[in-house]
Amino acid sequence: MHDFGAAFGEAFRLVLTADPALVEIVLLSLRVTLTAVASACLVGLPLGAFLAVVRFPGRMAVVVVLNALMGLPPVVVGLLVYLLLSSSGPLGVLGLLYTPTAMIIAQAVLVTPIVAALSRQAIEDLHREYDEQLRAMGMGPFAQALTLLWDGRYSLLTAALAGFGRAIAEVGAVIIVGGNINHVTRVMTTTIALETSKGNLGLAVGLGVVLILISVMVTGAVMALRGTAVRLAHV
Amino acid sequence: MSEAALATVSLPEAAAGAGRLLPVRLEDVGYAVAGKRLIDGLTLELDAVCRTVVLGPNGAGKSLTLRLLQGLIAPTSGRIRWAGTGRPRAAGLAVATVFQRPVLLRRSVAANLNHALRVYGVPSRLRPGRIDALLGLAGLSHLRRRAARVLSGGEQQRLAVVRAIAAEPELLLLDEPTSSLDPHSTAAIEELILTAARQGVKVVLVTHDVAQARRIADDVVFLHRGRVAEHAPADRFFAAPSSAAARAYLDGKLCI
Ligand SMILES: Nc1ncnc2c1ncn2[C@@H]1O[C@H](COP(=O)(O)OP(=O)(O)OP(=O)(O)O)[C@@H](O)[C@H]1O
Ligand SMILES: [Mg+2]
Repeated sequence: MHDFGAAFGEAFRLVLTADPALVEIVLLSLRVTLTAVASACLVGLPLGAFLAVVRFPGRMAVVVVLNALMGLPPVVVGLLVYLLLSSSGPLGVLGLLYTPTAMIIAQAVLVTPIVAALSRQAIEDLHREYDEQLRAMGMGPFAQALTLLWDGRYSLLTAALAGFGRAIAEVGAVIIVGGNINHVTRVMTTTIALETSKGNLGLAVGLGVVLILISVMVTGAVMALRGTAVRLAHV
Repeated sequence: MSEAALATVSLPEAAAGAGRLLPVRLEDVGYAVAGKRLIDGLTLELDAVCRTVVLGPNGAGKSLTLRLLQGLIAPTSGRIRWAGTGRPRAAGLAVATVFQRPVLLRRSVAANLNHALRVYGVPSRLRPGRIDALLGLAGLSHLRRRAARVLSGGEQQRLAVVRAIAAEPELLLLDEPTSSLDPHSTAAIEELILTAARQGVKVVLVTHDVAQARRIADDVVFLHRGRVAEHAPADRFFAAPSSAAARAYLDGKLCI
């Protein structure tokens, strides 16, 4: 009980005074996850749009696999990226293991199926509605996809935020490929795991509070976006 | 003028292998879904000049016929023969449709027109002026920033009509474009249609409004159960329809 109160007291002191160690970890977490989500969008949005608009044999199978990959266990992704980047692996020469870049790659791999699958669903719904109109205007699949991506922007932002929520809270992948090295690859989730096991609860709880705040803000952003979209009749 | 000069003048069209799209002939066209023949042995010739009105009861196949002409669906039997591939153009579209239920993009009114003009290949520097003109035609200038999907049903139809006219098509297909318009807006849309027709656009209009059909039609195509029951000049059609189905329809007695 004493421990509990002391941990929270320490945690709030660290958060309110913007403790440099805590800030460093939060900033690295944000940098890694935002970069990973941006990369995932770069691949996932066009992939989702392609799957929504273009009909080809085997498309359903691809969609099923993609939906299944949304539930990829982070530790498995971490393991795969570890095998790729380890010194004996195919990309070992790049020397990326235990760097923030490795963590970005792992989270991007984790999140790309989420962004792609959610955007595929959103764009396909829109495509069903727009298809005849856009074809009657003489648009080919590529031009159609661009129009759909823009008109689906609120749903797509929601997909990106879902990916962000998954990546920022994930611990299994980044701890394997990042190694949780102090001042180098230590992010919020891995630090919480480590500091808790060391009994240093103040920092762990402080980071936990920040993590929850970020989650709340992301959820709030999603709801605000939905609200805006409804108000502007964009849904 | 020498023969050589004349040849040079007509060269661009010939070189593009183009020429007027119309007349178009639908030859024994059928369209079946899951074995059910929705359009069945439809034969029809549409010339380049007349304003054609298509009449027929609900489910007669009017909208399907327009879809076939727009190329959105392909006949499952028979064929559609166009005279040419459409005049060569810098911008626009040979055939444009206003659907029975207009689909507007999730953007503002002006952005909907901008999108259409961009798709039709109108250079960006020309678009603002064109958008202003089109909004004026539609009577929507005061709503240009409004999200298109919050417009009233009639305003949406007016936007859909000018969006199609913006394509500067040779053939304009209109599927009940005034079905939810008040009398004033109906008159405005009819004026738009007549103006387009005067400028050489071939108009094919589907309507259930017989008075409107009388105002617009040069010739009338009467569809019944996926076939052409009658195709006649408007004055003759309205004075003395030769088919029993058309007579019953005009008397308000025909269903399906
Ligand atoms: N994809 C489809 N699958 C099955 N039936 C269809 C399909 N499309 C149209 N139909 C049927 O074909 C018939 C003709 O449809 P169409 O939309 O052309 O009617 P319409 O003449 O435009 O009628 P309305 O005046 O009510 O608009 C209808 O009975 C309709 O139910
Ligand atoms: Mg119809």
